[in-house]
Amino acid sequence: MKTTGTKPLSQVAEGEIVNIVEIEGGRGLKGRLTTMGLLPKTQIQVVRNGGSGPFVISIGNTRMALGRGVVDKIIVA
Amino acid sequence: MTDDKLKKITVALAGNPNCGKTSVFNMLTGARCHVANYPGTTVEVEEGLCHHDDFRITVVDLPGTYGLTTFSAEELVARNFLLDHKPDVVVDVIDSSNVERNLYLAIQLIEMDVPLVLCFNMSDVALQRGIVFDIARLSQLLETPIVQTIGSKSQGREALLDAIAAVANKSAKPQSHLITYGDEIEKSLSVIEQIIHSDHPELAEKYGPGWLAVKLLEQDGDILSKVKSKRLIEAINDAISKLKTIFRDEPEIVIADKRYGFISGACQETVKNTVELRHTTSDLADAVLTHRVFGLPIFLLMMYLVFYLTFTIAAYPMAWLESLFGWMSASIGSLWPAGGGIWLRSLIIDGVIPGVGGVLVFLPNILILFMAIAILEDSGYMARAAFIMDRLMHKIGLHGKSFIPMLIGFGCSIPAIMATRILENKRSRLTTIMILPLMSCGARLTIYGLLIPAFFPQNWRGPVLWIIYLTGIVLAIIAAKVFRLTIFRGEASDFVMELPPYRVPTSKSILIHTWIRGWMYLKKAGTIILAFSIVLWAAMNYPRLDPQYVTGLSPDEVRQAQLANSIVGRLGHAIEPVIRPLGFDWKIGAALIGATPAKELFVSQLGIIYAVSSHDDSSAMPTLRQNLRADYSPLVGFCIMLFCLLTFPCVATLAVTRSETGSWRWVALQVFYLTALAYIVTLVVYQAGTILGI
Repeated sequence: MKTTGTKPLSQVAEGEIVNIVEIEGGRGLKGRLTTMGLLPKTQIQVVRNGGSGPFVISIGNTRMALGRGVVDKIIVA
Repeated sequence: MTDDKLKKITVALAGNPNCGKTSVFNMLTGARCHVANYPGTTVEVEEGLCHHDDFRITVVDLPGTYGLTTFSAEELVARNFLLDHKPDVVVDVIDSSNVERNLYLAIQLIEMDVPLVLCFNMSDVALQRGIVFDIARLSQLLETPIVQTIGSKSQGREALLDAIAAVANKSAKPQSHLITYGDEIEKSLSVIEQIIHSDHPELAEKYGPGWLAVKLLEQDGDILSKVKSKRLIEAINDAISKLKTIFRDEPEIVIADKRYGFISGACQETVKNTVELRHTTSDLADAVLTHRVFGLPIFLLMMYLVFYLTFTIAAYPMAWLESLFGWMSASIGSLWPAGGGIWLRSLIIDGVIPGVGGVLVFLPNILILFMAIAILEDSGYMARAAFIMDRLMHKIGLHGKSFIPMLIGFGCSIPAIMATRILENKRSRLTTIMILPLMSCGARLTIYGLLIPAFFPQNWRGPVLWIIYLTGIVLAIIAAKVFRLTIFRGEASDFVMELPPYRVPTSKSILIHTWIRGWMYLKKAGTIILAFSIVLWAAMNYPRLDPQYVTGLSPDEVRQAQLANSIVGRLGHAIEPVIRPLGFDWKIGAALIGATPAKELFVSQLGIIYAVSSHDDSSAMPTLRQNLRADYSPLVGFCIMLFCLLTFPCVATLAVTRSETGSWRWVALQVFYLTALAYIVTLVVYQAGTILGI
């Protein structure tokens, strides 16, 4: 269901605010992310994207660390 | 009012991780809590007691979770507790500065139809951030009472207890149908509900048909496994495939979306954020503490600091305790004339005081270490440690989150093994449990506390301790890698973890944490260690030698002959050929055998062995350390520590491994591989050291 302008979260620069479009993962990952508040239409801000190693985002007032594997599976616009 | 006139109720505390649930638990119960084991489950939860009006309230602290799905062991633990034990009231603790995300769990609790009170905790933080609530309206929308609290300052305790009492007094409310999931889903739900009613009335009775239907549409593995009716399974599969074509997504995601939609609608009206989101001081701290280059060195430095402080600060109270026990032993010895009841005198002076006292002396170390771990946990740094370690941990096939149990393992393996529930992946979890005993626990610190000052000069002591801990960590890494490449092969699960804002830990919560764990140590000294000290004393003094064999020997020689003849002496001698290549003699062998129930017993055992074999207890008795220094080289001392670090864990750890993994197989594996590892590593170190002439 990709539309133009979507990209994996890993490509987003620090400080940018984006919306989640889709999560390309199995039921387990989707379910886990959903209970933590990461699901399509959620607005998130990239706090830290430092090349390799974990990645920090903020949703509302919460900071969340995501592993590299996850960041590639979250599609944002 | 007498106790039996009180109404006894159970209140379960639920909530997201980092919502301040523990502070609410402490606020309600004070420090009067203990770890409770619920029958029928393998769950160990903290439980405390409090009184309010005519209620006697048992407060159960459930593990912190984001939801009530089956994706992690923690969520399942919390959910099964609610389903199987049906607490009278559930309090969902919510971080007031993060209401929308936290309400997701609340919605699932409402769906389960449990008697619920929402506790909006940390309302001071929310206020600082400019968040304003219309509590009355929100409570109305959620059809649930809401109480605002500040757990860390014990504010709102009475109001919360009043709300709990009100809910407990109310008769069961009619099943609420707060959220509508949209026509298509509602239709499927009602079809499923009907079949549940006719085919599985017992499940409907236990769980409520509405909640069951939602869980079945979500393809909840645990609930699905309870369904036997073919008709029901077909209906579920039909509904799911139909919904999938409509929504182009799993029904569970659509349902979750509706829940979030409902929450966001309710908050739109009632929660006003008057301050724009900005970078907080936490972000600034993170920029340094989780820095790409400096993060790891800072972390290692912090760990070093913890161990350094553990030793330097604790040295003073330890010296006082040591002289106290020395004085006790000396005064009993001089007041109690030799003669009548000589065996009892010997039991106290040679058995109980060196056994229990030898372990109690290390209480200051244990308290400081536990306090440091509590500070790391409460300040929010622990989550960063997982974050920093994730890349490294990934290389060994584990998860950054595995590092949290490993850190807790420095305190005690038992809570650490329980903390592995945060790991979603079964294989990662098993691997972590297997390697956790290599994290040197507080009990083993007791052994180092005795041996390091005995064999190493002052400026060497810190580094030696550091090397011991590091050896454990390095071997744990290697073991994890091997496990992940062999029996626990598979992908490491993805890293997703909340980074809680840094908080200054409250002294109250630190003290409570430290006290609970310290008390467990004390209790162990008063029970297991006392009992085994007596047993060991007996095993060292019996069987008695026939007096006619020892006529003509000096008292010194009599003692040694007696010890060699005793059960311990015989056992120690029996295993001596096996441990000789490690540099150990029969005395160490005997102490190792005695230390099976709990590692710190090793110290008691040596204490007793040396008290028994010491020359003359009326003259100034050389301390245990001087005795050890006389008998062994620093290399042997080091090898003893190495062996104690690596060899199979204490009985309590094995029991918890059994209950958390559900199988004796993993216990057997743990015992076998750790003992083999200990033997091989110690052998190599001792032989290499001997050849190098150390």
